[in-house]
Amino acid sequence: MPGDRRAPRPIHRRHELRRIPLMTGFDLDDFLWTYQSLLVALGVNGILALSMYVVLAIGQLSLGQAAFMGLGAYASALLSLHTGLPFPLVLAAAMLAPATVALAIGVPTLRLSGVYLALATIGLGEILRIFLIQSDLTGGALGLPGIPVKAGFPLIYGCLLLAVLALVLICRSRIGRAMEAIREDEVAAAVGGVNLPRYKMAALVVSAMLAGLAGALNAHASSSISPNDYGFDAAVTILSFAILGGIRSPLGPIAGAMVLTLLPEILRPLQDYRLVVNGLIIVVAVLYMPHGILPWRIGRVGVSLRPPA
Amino acid sequence: MSAPELEIENLTLRYGGLTAIDALSLRVETGSLHALIGPNGAGKTSVFNAISGLARGQSGAIRLRGERIERLSPDARARRGLARTFQNLRLFNEMTALENVLAGMHAEMGGTLFDVLTRLGGFHAKERAAVSAARELLDFVGLAAVAQTLARSLSYGDQRRLEIARALAAKPRLLLLDEPAAGMNPAETQGLNHLLGAVRARGVTMLLVEHDMGLVMRLCDQITVLNFGRKIAEGAPEAVRADPAVIEAYLGVKGAAELAKAP
Repeated sequence: MPGDRRAPRPIHRRHELRRIPLMTGFDLDDFLWTYQSLLVALGVNGILALSMYVVLAIGQLSLGQAAFMGLGAYASALLSLHTGLPFPLVLAAAMLAPATVALAIGVPTLRLSGVYLALATIGLGEILRIFLIQSDLTGGALGLPGIPVKAGFPLIYGCLLLAVLALVLICRSRIGRAMEAIREDEVAAAVGGVNLPRYKMAALVVSAMLAGLAGALNAHASSSISPNDYGFDAAVTILSFAILGGIRSPLGPIAGAMVLTLLPEILRPLQDYRLVVNGLIIVVAVLYMPHGILPWRIGRVGVSLRPPA
Repeated sequence: MSAPELEIENLTLRYGGLTAIDALSLRVETGSLHALIGPNGAGKTSVFNAISGLARGQSGAIRLRGERIERLSPDARARRGLARTFQNLRLFNEMTALENVLAGMHAEMGGTLFDVLTRLGGFHAKERAAVSAARELLDFVGLAAVAQTLARSLSYGDQRRLEIARALAAKPRLLLLDEPAAGMNPAETQGLNHLLGAVRARGVTMLLVEHDMGLVMRLCDQITVLNFGRKIAEGAPEAVRADPAVIEAYLGVKGAAELAKAP
């Protein structure tokens, strides 16, 4: 699971902390260092939640977000390890690789309604996982260590912020209205002039690009990746970000990602029971908050609607 | 003579072994209000589905102002000036009434993703124009007061009128109305009567499926009667009402004979 990865903390640092038990003031550097991996996970999971949102926003279900993330992670890691490609181009490649795969999956499955996309993307995840374990190029089951650490907080949170901003702008426009119309009733949307195949394909490709970006950022923040980070349980976790948060606005899935990333940390005192309580909280939230923990609905009009005076 | 608004030629549509439309030919003249009537299961909605692109006929041609459209996707047909409503309402329930109407303007509005992301290319002006046009349409169908209400919270009659407003938002030349009066009380039907008259005054050609014969007889210039997917009668309301084949289709042979005997 992406949220569980810890960057190894240097030993001398821990030793220092133990020697000085009383902290005299809030030290930002120290805070960032202590919670580094958690802060990376929050940003990366936020982007993943948005990638899930883009697909759910047009009423499709993909369980391939983890695989798209893995494609981005491995593509970028291999490029960084074996070529001298500048980092921005590496990130672009990390978005392009899953986008191409999404295109190939989308052509046969998006014409059919129902669960076909979900099934095909589950298949994609399994194929990718087995390929990654078998292939020597990707380091087999051990994965790829020693990826240069190039993605810092400003980059990760900058990407998250840009993605949210773009999605909010899209929501509040003709494109956002068409997307919600497709989710509400795709027959009525088509008869109303919305080009369904084009919208569905665009959503899947954009969602794959966001997931690929998240994968690349994560790989270049935590320095090592392995095949099991991108399996079925990761796909379900990403889906639960959006389900828990709600999809009435792009902010819902981000809220879901924040809660599901922080919850295991907050529940740490419960030790062995924490995953049980974690699961219970999700179940209760889904049962009693059908629109998610952030049910605020984003308006779909690009101008202010204050009633004319 | 110019091509009619809609021309269907020899259209046949089968679902497995069931022939829903059987070699149907139909002309809807520009500017007319044309009704399609017939007993339940006669194939009226199938005709609408074939015209709007939700079902593909096995043979035959459909022309919109002379252009063949039977192989086009539903959205391509919409862009050529075709709009419809549904017998069982198909609103965007989680969107407001205003947003439903704005969604209906989708094809007509235009604008690229770049414009949306940068808010350039006259984005705000276009949105403002669309919003005021949508408000006008809501006002036109009598829903101005509920513009900000979610569609699912509207009353049934309001939902029916909202669907008509959404269809009109695309500025269609031809509007297909599938049982617009279904489930309406007499007062609401009366309102619908006025509304359709007003739509017609805007120059929109309409093809109407309706069971409310009062409404049909009052409003329509031309009536086509279907039974078992075939056309059994066609003509002006007076002529169709007196047609023995029509009476027989609705009442059965025995019922028709009884009606003939009645004083």
